[in-house]
Amino acid sequence: MKCRRCRAPAVVDVRRHNAAFCRDCFLHHTREQVKRAIAEHDMIRPGERVLVAVSGGKDSLAAWDLLRELGYDADGLYLGLGIGDYSDESGRYARAFAASRALELHEIDLAGDYGYDVPGAAYATRRAPCGACGLSKRHLFNQVALDLGYDVVATGHNLDDEAAVLLGNVLRWEEGYLGRQYPVLAASDGFVRKVKPLVRLGERETAAYCVLTGIDYIVEECPMAAGNRHLGYKELLNALEDRSPGSKAAFLFGFFERAHPRFEDSAREERAELRACRSCGAPTTGEVCAFCSLRERATVGDEQMLAAVIRRKR
Amino acid sequence: MTLHRGRYPVAAMKVLLRNPRREVDVEGPTTVAALLGRLELNPESVLVICGDTLVTRDARLADDDVVEIRPVISGGAGS
Repeated sequence: MKCRRCRAPAVVDVRRHNAAFCRDCFLHHTREQVKRAIAEHDMIRPGERVLVAVSGGKDSLAAWDLLRELGYDADGLYLGLGIGDYSDESGRYARAFAASRALELHEIDLAGDYGYDVPGAAYATRRAPCGACGLSKRHLFNQVALDLGYDVVATGHNLDDEAAVLLGNVLRWEEGYLGRQYPVLAASDGFVRKVKPLVRLGERETAAYCVLTGIDYIVEECPMAAGNRHLGYKELLNALEDRSPGSKAAFLFGFFERAHPRFEDSAREERAELRACRSCGAPTTGEVCAFCSLRERATVGDEQMLAAVIRRKR
Repeated sequence: MTLHRGRYPVAAMKVLLRNPRREVDVEGPTTVAALLGRLELNPESVLVICGDTLVTRDARLADDDVVEIRPVISGGAGS
């Protein structure tokens, strides 16, 4: 295959664009897609400080790299989830990336700073680990951004992530989630703006970006995510995409343009009901926010487990 | 593992697969598309790296190539 832009030998094909690119033209393509997403959705304004949620994986490191390449003032935040060797290794990739580019990386360790980790929280609450993980991330990324004066939290969610989430939300007609599913979530009381600058790039493109720019990332999958519903949706969508390139983009972008406005009221109603968590002050619909509730149950769970172990030893 | 045709060993390319990490020998020469078909992998879900560069699905792979097939799907719907 030849590069669509310069006719040099291609290294990556992007079937949904019916195109292939050489290295340099592919990097140009990724930057253009991110610039377009930011401009289309007014994600980041000049002079704003961005906090990138960094996991050590391909998407978050690509997002951080691309934002810096495009001239944004972007620092990183890594959250240690306590998932054994996987967390140790992903932290090493995040730190190595930041060090290689002299970027500022903030770090939170769930166990050290909040007294629980994701496997423990999943056990104590009988929730799927991905639920406890996502909840902790959403709360803490927002909280750190507020505390440190960042205007925007950027995540590495890509086209595939969003299409898979959309499929899940549509299968269950989750109106509130559908109303909130958008490349930008505006700031409001207690929330900073949240943006997804990779929403126009598939995860094959973000992985290719990392390989071609020499970004080392954790390739291994999170052991807690293996076999989860989200991965199943991605496999289904990729089977469709293989038969009919462009299906995922048509599904997702069609939703943003034509269907999302119909669900916005549901999300607005949910936000109107918010009040301050009596424990941490974060916005919540209940007395105590979901994060504080999770933390309380997870840390109590730890104490109960410890007591059970001590009893057994006696 | 060495591939054989009858009693005779045949040249084979080394293919590294991930998640879990393992290596298989595949008889070449072949194209990237044919290799993925033989391994029943969806081209949308992987990148193919030959030597130190990415290759497109029409690229030809030789017997002595060292090939990595890297999955690109990641699982968390988290943050």
